[in-house]
Amino acid sequence: MAIRRGRGVAAINYPTGMNLGGDPTQALVHSTPTGNFMVTLSSVDLGQGMKQIMAQICAETIGVPTDRVVVDTADTDTGPHCMGTFASRGTHRAGNAVIQAAKEARQVMLEVAAEELEVNASDLETDGQGNILVKGAPQKSISIFDVALSAHFKRGRSISGRGMFLIPRSYPEKETGAMKPSTCYAHACTVAEVEVDDETGEVTVLTVKNVFEIGRALNPKMVEQQLVGGSWMGISHALYETTEPYYPNRDHGGTDFNQYLMPGPGDLAETEIIVLERPSGDGPYGAKGPGEMCANPQIPAVANAVFDAVGVRIDTLPITPERILRALKAQAN
Amino acid sequence: MELRKSYFADVRKDDLHEIGQARPRSDSPGHVTGKTTFFADRNFPGMLHLKMVRSPHHHARIRSIDTSEAEKHPGVVKVLTAKDVPHNVYTILILIQIGPEDETVLADGKVRWKGEAVVAVLAETERAAQEAAAKVKVDYEVLPAVFDMEEALKPGAPIVNEYHGQNYYLYDSGECRKVRFGDVEAGFAEADHVLEQSYQSSPIEHAPTETTGCVVAPEGNDRFTCYTNTQAMFFTLDNTSIILQMPGSKLHFVGGTVGGGFGGKVDVIVEPIAILGAKLTGRPVCFIYSREEEMQISSPRAAEKVVIKDGVMKDGRIVARKVTGYTDAGAYSRHSPYGAQKGAGHYPGPYTIPNVWIDTYCVYTNRTPSSAMRGFGVTIGDFALEVQMDKLARLIAMDPLEFRFINAYRDGDMKAHRQPTEGAALIECMQEAARAANWPVAEKYMAMSSYKKGA
Repeated sequence: MAIRRGRGVAAINYPTGMNLGGDPTQALVHSTPTGNFMVTLSSVDLGQGMKQIMAQICAETIGVPTDRVVVDTADTDTGPHCMGTFASRGTHRAGNAVIQAAKEARQVMLEVAAEELEVNASDLETDGQGNILVKGAPQKSISIFDVALSAHFKRGRSISGRGMFLIPRSYPEKETGAMKPSTCYAHACTVAEVEVDDETGEVTVLTVKNVFEIGRALNPKMVEQQLVGGSWMGISHALYETTEPYYPNRDHGGTDFNQYLMPGPGDLAETEIIVLERPSGDGPYGAKGPGEMCANPQIPAVANAVFDAVGVRIDTLPITPERILRALKAQAN
Repeated sequence: MELRKSYFADVRKDDLHEIGQARPRSDSPGHVTGKTTFFADRNFPGMLHLKMVRSPHHHARIRSIDTSEAEKHPGVVKVLTAKDVPHNVYTILILIQIGPEDETVLADGKVRWKGEAVVAVLAETERAAQEAAAKVKVDYEVLPAVFDMEEALKPGAPIVNEYHGQNYYLYDSGECRKVRFGDVEAGFAEADHVLEQSYQSSPIEHAPTETTGCVVAPEGNDRFTCYTNTQAMFFTLDNTSIILQMPGSKLHFVGGTVGGGFGGKVDVIVEPIAILGAKLTGRPVCFIYSREEEMQISSPRAAEKVVIKDGVMKDGRIVARKVTGYTDAGAYSRHSPYGAQKGAGHYPGPYTIPNVWIDTYCVYTNRTPSSAMRGFGVTIGDFALEVQMDKLARLIAMDPLEFRFINAYRDGDMKAHRQPTEGAALIECMQEAARAANWPVAEKYMAMSSYKKGA
């Protein structure tokens, strides 16, 4: 009886969005009288930080600092339609809608600035700090604060824009299954290292090294929180969780966190996250949807590492000590 | 976390101001100081609490329901049964024309899973609602139930859901969603080795910090405001409008701050019955799942069975792959027909294989309806595919990572569902993983690229 070590690898891809029904999301953007910007949506922030990302996308597109953007979302009296937050679609779909709306608003903003500065709108650029400058002659400038005041009180313009994302619905061809099920794909490869106690069947995940390709890390800290959380969830899925431990038997289902097993802080592996960026052609600033895929590669990587350690295949999830011990016993016979 | 900027630097401009900046989240201070308002923080004078009477049987006919004792219980204001729900039989995806309607808001004549909602009790306090719920008498005639997907698909199995008429979802393509590419049997005939293996998963729980629920307030203008933690505002509003036969303009949904979803809050379950309760009593109503309900009543990730048969050459090329996937939907469709179809679009994984055959089934059994969860239609498939890849590599005595390089998809490769590959990056992820893990890989694989000349 011994503690045995093994490692395993898995590589995956993951589709962005749900192309069933065209996957629509709409957005509205408008400026306040003093040049702050409101993004209005009906998308839902599940805790992943959608509001922050939409603010950064709007700010980048209009050319203002992020703290001048406020996101008002998930009120059906004010926000335009969003299909929902699922299918790794939030950042991609809503982000594209916000870019389109923000571009339209930016154009009006530049037109008002052009009238104030008596130049052509096409000769103007933003400095990202809240000012609009004449290209090549930055001394000639106007603040966005003053542009918004002018639009509201002097020139009667609405600095606003409408945006939407929609792709044609794909109906799978009946006989061949030809279809366009999604837009861009995110990628991952994970190497997991485990120790398996062949006396108790207990698995300890020592290290998990994850490489994720996500198009573009729009906010690296938020990307990190999602990818680390996903990696932990993957380990939990591989080794711990089920509402029906003896599926298809309905008995013994957990009803609280004492009975429904999940890893505690001491059970979490040393986790390494490396991010690659191959911008997608159809994503907002190249972003893909990594929200779901980041929890997938750990599961087979851990399963393969368990085999590498003790030489038994557990092809049923979760990979519990009981299943490992039964497999070891069967192997010994 | 590290950003490896050396990969794909030729196709990326790093010239942005706000994008790519690790700005602090604007909502974090509220979350960590307890100031963020969640739906359950809404409290209204005179608010009623809703509790469900649930089926103790996996499959049973309802002979009769007697709510008289419950109605007399102190604090009880209203007791609702199927006849109170204007459009009681519904299905969520009917909004995008995916039918048939196959699920009841409150059971009518039959229950098809243990835990199914039968009677809703509205009372002044949570305790009164709970106590009264225990006084509802339901006379059941227990029916044979089926729990195993293979049993359910056999002729003569008890029919789980009469709205389907058979224990699988009927696609326009027949009993399963199909993908056919190349000639899979010719591929097996040509292969040096053929390996067929079966993989299985059990249902898992989303385990959000905040359980599913909503608080409904009737407004003075004949409208209803519903504070909810749904993941999809208009999906929920529009389905509620159908179920309650109430114009959507009467409904106002407020949400967007959610304590974790993971796909568990895309079903439309708590809002319609809570709004109905508010309408019939004229009082605010709160309906929040207990942790037990969250774990055993709300949809889990489906159990899946995946059978993979591969033909592989000694040189490492996979020449044929046949996948048969089974998704255990439980008693009702919810989003499962879509999940099974998503699987069909995902197989054979990120590999270029000339001959592919895929069948994915959505199967009905007498268990808690499953539905969307993070990785819907894909997660269990990836487990099966990537364990299978490991087995194949060992079968031909090849390094598992090098074996994947040989088969990895690259730009321009045609996928089984007949879309050309774009924006591939699997090879680069594997190269970086090999470096990070000190996993020895031959130089020729480390020199590969997802780009193809002319692609």
